[in-house]
Amino acid sequence: MEKHVLLRDLDVPNIREIAVYQANDGYAAWRKAIGSLEVAGMKPDEVMGVVKDAGLRGRGGAGFPAGLKWSFLPKDMFPKYVVVNGDESEAGTFKDHQLVENNPHQVIEGVALCSYAVQAGTAYIYLRGEFYEPAKALQKAIDEAYAAGLLGKNIFGTSYSLDIHIHLGAGAYICGEETALLESLEGKLGQPRLRPPFPAVQGLYAKPTVINNIETLANVPPIVLYGAKWYRQFGTEKSPGTKIFCVSGRVNKPGNFELPLGQYTIRDLIEMAGGTIDGRPVKGILPAGSSAPILPASVLDTKLDYESVAAAGSILGSASFVILDDTVDIVWAARKMVRFFKHESCGKCTPCREGTFWALRVYDKIVSGHGTQRDIDMLVDVANGMANKCFCLLGEFSTSPVLSTIKHFRPEYEQFIREHHDGKSGIYQDELIRDHAISVLSEAPTGKSH
Amino acid sequence: MADMINLTIDGIPVAVPKGTVIVDAAKKIDNDIPVFCYHPKLKPVGMCRMCLVEVGTPKMDPATKQVVKTEDGKAVIAWMPKLATACTTPVSEGMAVRTNTKQVLDARNNVLEFLLTSHPLDCPICDKGGECPLQNLTLAHGPGVSRFEYEAKNHNAKHVPLGDLIFLDRERCIQCSRCIRFQDDVADDHVLQFHDRGRHMEIVTFSDPPFDSYFGGNTTDICPVGALTTADFRFKARPWELDSTPSVCTHCAVGCNITLNTRLETRTGGHEIKRVMPRQNEHVNEIWTCDKGRFVHHFTRSTDRLTQPLVRDASGKLAESTWEAALQLVADKVRGKHVAGVIGDRLPNEDAFLFGQLLTDVIKTGSVTMSPAIPAAYADIVRGFGVGKDTEFKQIGKGDTILVVNGDLEESAPVWFLLLRQAVVDRGAKLVMAHDHITKMHRYATKTVNYELGTAANWAATETMALGAELKAARNVLIVFGDEKLSADGARALARALANIMIESGHAGKANSGLLPLYPHANTQGVFDALPEQLASTVAVQHGKRQADVAWLIGVGDPADVPQAAFTVVQELFLTDVAKSANVVLPALSFAERDGSFTSGDRRVQRFYRALPGMGQAKPDWWIIQEVAKRLGKSWGFHGTTEIFAALADSRPDYAGLTYELLGVTESQWPPVGRADLYYGGTAYDNTGGVGARYAARAEQSGFTAVSEAVAPPSADMESLQHLPRTLYQAGELISRSKVLAGHVEYRNSEMTRTAK
Repeated sequence: MEKHVLLRDLDVPNIREIAVYQANDGYAAWRKAIGSLEVAGMKPDEVMGVVKDAGLRGRGGAGFPAGLKWSFLPKDMFPKYVVVNGDESEAGTFKDHQLVENNPHQVIEGVALCSYAVQAGTAYIYLRGEFYEPAKALQKAIDEAYAAGLLGKNIFGTSYSLDIHIHLGAGAYICGEETALLESLEGKLGQPRLRPPFPAVQGLYAKPTVINNIETLANVPPIVLYGAKWYRQFGTEKSPGTKIFCVSGRVNKPGNFELPLGQYTIRDLIEMAGGTIDGRPVKGILPAGSSAPILPASVLDTKLDYESVAAAGSILGSASFVILDDTVDIVWAARKMVRFFKHESCGKCTPCREGTFWALRVYDKIVSGHGTQRDIDMLVDVANGMANKCFCLLGEFSTSPVLSTIKHFRPEYEQFIREHHDGKSGIYQDELIRDHAISVLSEAPTGKSH
Repeated sequence: MADMINLTIDGIPVAVPKGTVIVDAAKKIDNDIPVFCYHPKLKPVGMCRMCLVEVGTPKMDPATKQVVKTEDGKAVIAWMPKLATACTTPVSEGMAVRTNTKQVLDARNNVLEFLLTSHPLDCPICDKGGECPLQNLTLAHGPGVSRFEYEAKNHNAKHVPLGDLIFLDRERCIQCSRCIRFQDDVADDHVLQFHDRGRHMEIVTFSDPPFDSYFGGNTTDICPVGALTTADFRFKARPWELDSTPSVCTHCAVGCNITLNTRLETRTGGHEIKRVMPRQNEHVNEIWTCDKGRFVHHFTRSTDRLTQPLVRDASGKLAESTWEAALQLVADKVRGKHVAGVIGDRLPNEDAFLFGQLLTDVIKTGSVTMSPAIPAAYADIVRGFGVGKDTEFKQIGKGDTILVVNGDLEESAPVWFLLLRQAVVDRGAKLVMAHDHITKMHRYATKTVNYELGTAANWAATETMALGAELKAARNVLIVFGDEKLSADGARALARALANIMIESGHAGKANSGLLPLYPHANTQGVFDALPEQLASTVAVQHGKRQADVAWLIGVGDPADVPQAAFTVVQELFLTDVAKSANVVLPALSFAERDGSFTSGDRRVQRFYRALPGMGQAKPDWWIIQEVAKRLGKSWGFHGTTEIFAALADSRPDYAGLTYELLGVTESQWPPVGRADLYYGGTAYDNTGGVGARYAARAEQSGFTAVSEAVAPPSADMESLQHLPRTLYQAGELISRSKVLAGHVEYRNSEMTRTAK
């Protein structure tokens, strides 16, 4: 893109500094919305209305319309909270990282506008625990905003006050799930909550709560400043705006690419990322990290928007594209993803807790050279046993690496088992030993066996 | 009814109140949807995924907003794309549920197969084997063969003490969180939590001392596997070897319905109680009981039980004698003498009644009081203004006010604490706490009033009119009160003032309103009711200083309650300090070895049954009394407690109409919990012994309109300041014989002494 809407750090050097940000229309939307003692600003409903009209959809994965989500909050219950999801724990996702570290004021302005729209007095930005440096950058920006009178008590002399806090997670994938995030934020074990009640009614501390992704809220300042019509010039009717695509895997230039939704194809995206290493043919695409069903190379011309990717048989989700070329062993890749899910299963519901473990056992059997052809059906059975029975989407997602890789690449499984059934070689023996060592170290049982 | 919802389950129509979840609705038509994490007494969580069903709702035409109908007029059902958990989905009008399709049956099979990959299947050595929901549901819905690799089975610690009363078997745990939720939502002792995640998730306790709760035993009942077991019962017996006898707990005024599980033991040469289990009675204890009730049963087969009559011989020592000699000696000693009788408030109604008859009708020159004495000073006021006959604790909620004065609910009546806490926390009743110290119930107080140590009666007398006016607006008013740190006069003044508040506020004699006394034991009210009225209330107060020719003590533990006399007769289970100084000691049967009835603090008369054969030559107390009467020339000829109770009911107007038959009537309980429904509600027992019956408070009948005369309360009950606050695990004869509780008794009493200083 010529001019970025979100990754403005690519256009404007040092935009992370408040002076530079303000010199480039920074906080103009915030001033416009909140007004001051002399000048009337926008009503909270007007801010919400602009975001609704713009058709902004949540960028965290589900793609739910943001303005609509805000409108679900009961008007007469206080306090309300805004919680910003910066857990960014999906494999291959690194867009929020860049936003928070390099363009933090736009995130803060988005959070402030959202808080004003729903009349929340406190906002929490939940960042994954590994985001230590980004958290420092964001905290510096928040401090600057307080110093400039953009946050705090009675902003610009109005009756509106807002505090923003940063909270660092403790390293669980499940805490990117919004209700598990709330539990974690409340200081409890990170496990998803039963819905209903939805967070809009009973969220943080059982109060009405909006939860949005970092990237979603970073879209809000330009929408409020330039209007819904301006925003809709990007993207499609159903998926307006621009989206950051994270590209990684077997490509030459992995990184973040901000593109209008629905304009480019997967093939274009791979080209932007410098093409595959050594120009090797693409074997499979994971459009949303390990959570999304794998897509075969035959759908490379799929347009990059929510509907098109869904039609191709996967989900756009957080748009973290992992590109696999023909050097990648699909059985190895699937095992890797299943191991990730097994490690991250919170244990709340039976199918996910036991199913991910069981599936990994079967993969370990296969890659250590003990697999039989029947194990492929066993994997399908275990995954089907879990599918549609789990408490939250983590469990449901964990079946997709199994089911989608077997669906598209079953001959590779069969070949792998044929070539490695002697029980001796185990081409990934080193990796198994390492994984096992990590498991023992990190998951040592606490009770002594008698 | 307007708030009834109609739905169909497998085509069968059912109507249930709004807010009911599908699992409970299905129960109404005997459709047992399998569950593990769901429990009808706990909030649903939907974790175990066992109860998945197909759910559909009537299809709506978006244009007309009308239900789309087929040609024959039936609503078209829009089925949800995924299975839904029946335990978390509330019913809605026109909903359709399918529980017997292949999809549903497969899901049950899948979930069970997953559960069993972690479960050791060590049923042959598991205490739960035979009454285990996982066992039952695996047989009903599970896979017949295992596809999981044996080597990958979970190997975990199997004997993890969560506290000194409860053990955790980590292998057996299926992570349903019933125990955590019980402790958090029902007991409000936040002592358990999950630790770690995924397959390593385990139950841990983080309180100090560990698993610090009076209600921990209940978690072993509702645990759907053998993961939680009590230190008292684990490895002691298999469930199918146990006989079960309905009984009533004797340790506090609640009168929890319990079941005594007994088994023949060659080691001790007879039957003994292996465990005490709650027995469902939704009017009384629902399905709960406290750890005191559960574990203080070892005294029944304690080796130091009295088994033979003892008579002080010429050398001044208590020597073994025969019944004939002992009874004759007692008869000779009491004839024509001034006899001061004292009967403990653990004794059943029948024995107290007969004892009163003996002293007033046969000996004639006798007087009788109860021990402890203080409750006798106000039990008549409770009889007048106690809770209304049709009171149900479950109905107390929004609009009602609960006033708790001068008593620690959790320490004095643990199960009432659970029920009334739910009335406040879950159903929105207002709670006013008036105390001189902080209790656990204070956590939920809407309003807290503090008065100086020992001045409860003064406070109540001063506040009567103001409180009475304030409480007029309430839907119902329940006043819970104790006699801690009060003299007899003070306690009576307090009860009178509280009764006046009931009258003043206009709630006297109503259902769900009235006084609820925190009596010390199971039959305080019953003993008072059964004794001759005038004696009990007038002599009660000064009897500690009483002098008589003969003192006759039945189950009296406190030496302060013993009158001065030249000759002392004691009926006891043990050679207590009081018994040691007696002239004649007669061995009595414990509650487990005989039958009878108790009247609880809320005046519910309940029967208990004989579970064990007697010890040695010990006899029921009523038999001893009757035998002495016979030797004094009065032949009552009672064959058992049934006849004595009939005589009692004849001569006590409050008990008119009550019969053993009536007290033994059972009724269907909701939610269904018990033997046939182990998986649903745990191992609490069905109510087979009767739910009992409450007699009406006198205020409900007539004659209370005038405010009772004001009682001038003692200015400050200085005498009372020596009393320590009550604690559940107060040291005593019975509790001292349960080794599992020894540490708790010591700890609680040291804590109590420390805080009192």
